[in-house]
Amino acid sequence: MRMSSTTSAATGAAASSAPARRGLLLRMLPAPLYTGRARALLERSAMVYSRAWLVFVSGVVEPLLYLLAFQVGFGKLVEEVTGPGGQTMNYVAFVAPALLAASAMNGAVFDSTFNVFFKFRYNKTYDAMLATPLGPLDIALGEIGWAVLRGGLYAVAFLGVMAGFGLATSPWALLLVPVALLVSFAFAAIGMVCATFLKSPSQFDFVQLAVMPMFLLSTTFYPLSVYPEPLQYAVQCLPLYHGVELTRGLAVGVLDVSMLGHVAYLLVLAAAGAYFTAKRLAGLLLR
Amino acid sequence: MAAAPMVEAKALVKRFGNVEAVRGIDVQVRTGEAFGFLGPNGAGKSSTMRMIASTSPRSDGDLRVLGMDPDVDGPRIRARLGSVPQQDTLDTELTVRQNLQIYGRYFGMSRAAVRRKATELMEFAQLSDRADDPVDTLSGGMKRRLTIARSLVNDPDLLLLDEPTTGLDPQARHMLWDRLFRLKAGGVTLLITSHYMDEVEQLCDRLVVMDDARIVAEGSPSELIARYSTREVLELRFPPGEQGGVAERVAELGERVEELPDRVLVYTGDGERALEQVHGRDVRPVSSLVRRSTLEDVFLRLTGRTLVD
Repeated sequence: MRMSSTTSAATGAAASSAPARRGLLLRMLPAPLYTGRARALLERSAMVYSRAWLVFVSGVVEPLLYLLAFQVGFGKLVEEVTGPGGQTMNYVAFVAPALLAASAMNGAVFDSTFNVFFKFRYNKTYDAMLATPLGPLDIALGEIGWAVLRGGLYAVAFLGVMAGFGLATSPWALLLVPVALLVSFAFAAIGMVCATFLKSPSQFDFVQLAVMPMFLLSTTFYPLSVYPEPLQYAVQCLPLYHGVELTRGLAVGVLDVSMLGHVAYLLVLAAAGAYFTAKRLAGLLLR
Repeated sequence: MAAAPMVEAKALVKRFGNVEAVRGIDVQVRTGEAFGFLGPNGAGKSSTMRMIASTSPRSDGDLRVLGMDPDVDGPRIRARLGSVPQQDTLDTELTVRQNLQIYGRYFGMSRAAVRRKATELMEFAQLSDRADDPVDTLSGGMKRRLTIARSLVNDPDLLLLDEPTTGLDPQARHMLWDRLFRLKAGGVTLLITSHYMDEVEQLCDRLVVMDDARIVAEGSPSELIARYSTREVLELRFPPGEQGGVAERVAELGERVEELPDRVLVYTGDGERALEQVHGRDVRPVSSLVRRSTLEDVFLRLTGRTLVD
């Protein structure tokens, strides 16, 4: 990658150029990539949305509509299903936590592809930022961070409604919020890498092409056991599957060690996404 | 410290794949001066500018900006630079005031400081009455002024202006120049690229002329004109198709004669005398003009081409 000359030439000493607060990331990464000011981007997003807060309503309402549709409609047809730990459970209670994970995914992907694409390709927003001390990783973390905050907000609203419907039966369900944050982070990070490859708005169809099957197939609506064995392995590779496994288990308080694996999968995705986003931005804008 | 140059480049090279955009240039910019890069589009001015702005790594050679190496100290250098890019990169999702405030935040300034600074800069750019308008609603000249105002948010030591007035009407250009003069008077070092010779002549203490990725001359505007041109220039225009052969017939009336598609230029110390002699030879232009030499003539002399087609 072309940016190698900037980063590899950077020494640890360069990190001292960073502003006062020096976290772990600052000590680990070369200054040209990261200066610890990702929060400035969050502030920018807050400014932008302070005039357009209504869009948040749609993000809260959409998954709720799904939930309602299942509660009053579909749930009447399919009453019971085998849930985590082999227990038989109410179908709506089975689907609800998966919808929470899926909405975290959808929100994050939308935020990090659409919004990022226009700033990146047309508005030159990131070019302007890179003329300041900000580095590409500041931008990546700032933008991903906003998607995570939004995802968290939606998750809290959704969890409230789940509790209201009596669909969260364990105190562990509170952990659905941090899981939603993790799912948001992972998908926002991957989405942002993808956004840097998009050339025109028509290519958003590719994003849909990836997200839609993931939404439908990641055991969101039925257990993994309905798939023939080879397909089960394929489904287990999907990132959303791991999010669904976590939310579904926590919602009913069935925990096991495999959850650590799911968390690790999403963490790796998040870190890799943030790193490659920064690399892509540097390669494309700092050349 | 005072003696250290703002920018020092030695054998600076920028390559994009096989294309050499900058082929080994030497430049020194002193503190407090206005320094220009003059040249046609594609001469390597913007690539040079981006390397100095520490947003484009050099391919070869040596570069020090504010005494630091951009490859190592990019963020620290950029913290003290102001940058006006060729294309506006204003944040179209924000208002005029917000653009200035958030940009200050990128530099790590406090909220109180950016609020104060935004008000001051809107005053400077005469945009106070548009403070809460979205930037999309501004005219081209206003956007340019806002871009310049934004580049000043961190009180830069060195201001980089890449084609600052391209696409602006004369009135807007003069207003911008006025702002730049004030900055220079305030001690800010200016680095300006332009393909407008009048802009560079007006604003710059010193300049380099770039062509084909190289520096072809360096000096103050008056030095360059004295070195590469004559005091005056006689311009002769002819009806279409009747210019042929004129250049030869007036050749020895000046020190040098250039033929352009639409006119013949006679370089001489005394334009009026040369014009009399032209008439004496029964050469009948439809119009004639005697003027002082400009950097445009310097460029024509050095490269055989005009700056702006």
